[in-house]
Amino acid sequence: MPGALTLSGQIRQLKPTRWLLRALSIGACVAAWQWASSAHLNFGIVSFQNVPSPQEVLRAAGALIDSPKLIPHLKASVWRVFAGFVAATVAGIGLGLVIGRSRRLEDILLPPLEVLRPIPAVAWIPLAILMFPSSELSMIFITFIGALFPILLNTIHGVEGVDRRLIASARSLGSGPRAMFAEVIFPAAAPSIVTGLSIGMGTAWFCLVTAEMIAGQYGVGYYTWESYTVQNYPDIIVGMLFIGVLGMGSSALVKQVGNALMPWYLPGRKSA
Amino acid sequence: MNSHRSTQGRIDIERLHIHLGHGAKKFEALQDVSISAAPGEFLCLLGPSGCGKSTLLGALAGHLQPSGGSIRVDGQPVDGPHPERGLVFQQHTLFPWKKVLDNVAFGLKMKGIAREERRLQARELLKLVGLEDFSDVYPSQLSGGMQQRVEIARVLINHPRVMLMDEPFSALDAQTRLKMQELLLDVWMRVRTSIVFITHDIDEALFLADRILVMSPRPGRIIEELKLDFARPRHAELVTSKEFIRLKRHCLALLHPDRQTHPLARLNPLGTVAAGELQFAI
Repeated sequence: MPGALTLSGQIRQLKPTRWLLRALSIGACVAAWQWASSAHLNFGIVSFQNVPSPQEVLRAAGALIDSPKLIPHLKASVWRVFAGFVAATVAGIGLGLVIGRSRRLEDILLPPLEVLRPIPAVAWIPLAILMFPSSELSMIFITFIGALFPILLNTIHGVEGVDRRLIASARSLGSGPRAMFAEVIFPAAAPSIVTGLSIGMGTAWFCLVTAEMIAGQYGVGYYTWESYTVQNYPDIIVGMLFIGVLGMGSSALVKQVGNALMPWYLPGRKSA
Repeated sequence: MNSHRSTQGRIDIERLHIHLGHGAKKFEALQDVSISAAPGEFLCLLGPSGCGKSTLLGALAGHLQPSGGSIRVDGQPVDGPHPERGLVFQQHTLFPWKKVLDNVAFGLKMKGIAREERRLQARELLKLVGLEDFSDVYPSQLSGGMQQRVEIARVLINHPRVMLMDEPFSALDAQTRLKMQELLLDVWMRVRTSIVFITHDIDEALFLADRILVMSPRPGRIIEELKLDFARPRHAELVTSKEFIRLKRHCLALLHPDRQTHPLARLNPLGTVAAGELQFAI
């Protein structure tokens, strides 16, 4: 599939004509939106009567960027995602390494995680509010839950996929259990872990925004929901766009940092 | 390198039996194998695919547990992998995330030797295998032959008593294979570690070895021992000499006594090919 911007955040080289076509496609969508909202279309099952036009959204975005409100909102969201994501990274990679490596620890640690895994992070919100003393902590917890499983599962997958011959070679070269983790298991699983981190970053944003809508004060999710309740309709879309950009940007950042740390790794071409 | 090295590397294998697989799939891979090799000897194990020669190597390396018999290297029983018994696989097992120099230096890192010192020694070994200009690239940037040369250097940096090689050149093209055989002999003349070399290629065994042990199909047993007196250093022309061809005929007759029955599944030094049959306790 010749996607210009893949999920993994890698930009592929495309011919200028193809870029033009893609830009035109987006332009057409915006134009259709402009028309639908200014004509106040109503199809019965879906109505554009209350949908702000692109122009209004642009104006609202400009106003938000100029206002002092923006920074606290962004700070709040970025901090929550960061805290939850870092906690999920530590827990996910740590658990994944031992679960992937030891059958005994897999039997001890994995079953409870497997029971919790199908529960969507969003479903944790009420309980999280009850469990944690501050809504701040409960939101970080939701983010943590959202990011944990992609990171954990990809780490396990990466560890289980380590070439047995590499492990055997390392042992023959004198590597003990600790060095085995640091020198072989972890780097060998790293590409899979980075994929997990990148997906986890996406789900972290997804979960955070939902949590903020319900429990938040400040944050882009809160901003979006607040705009609805105070009937600032253009701001809803501004909030949505911020969420999209932040989520995609941080996922791409994770992938880029990962690739920078693995100069030996060439995706799509496994080393023989 | 060190001339005293040829006083090390004595191998004594006595009445070795190895079973692989579990339950109904369990089979005897090696049956009553006894081998001894002198320090510094170049020993080739020659046999058809699946005959258990790689299994034998895996047991020598300490990756496989014998079900009977004993293995000693310089009088010490083998009870697990050790840097003194270096293992080279058919396909390289270099760490893709380490540059060539750090791959070679890995064994010294495991011994806790300081970075500068181990890099110095790694450069020496890269020079020995003719790759001193490639220390700063990743393994994936090398050709198959170069990767195996790095692999050999990485094993030799530990000054092993024995070097165990499991068909190390069989994945290479014929030209490269010949060059690698000459290079290996050249390195071995200088390092003088004992080598146990597994191959199913008769030419390769005859060209390299001091002694060839021919193995039967499963369960693997030693069916013949051939001493080779070809002068060293050996060169590629050797393979066209009369004596070489006579021995080759002899080996062919041993390996193909009549029409080959259907081939056996390949084994490797870590057991059977199927994953998950073996677990390593780290």
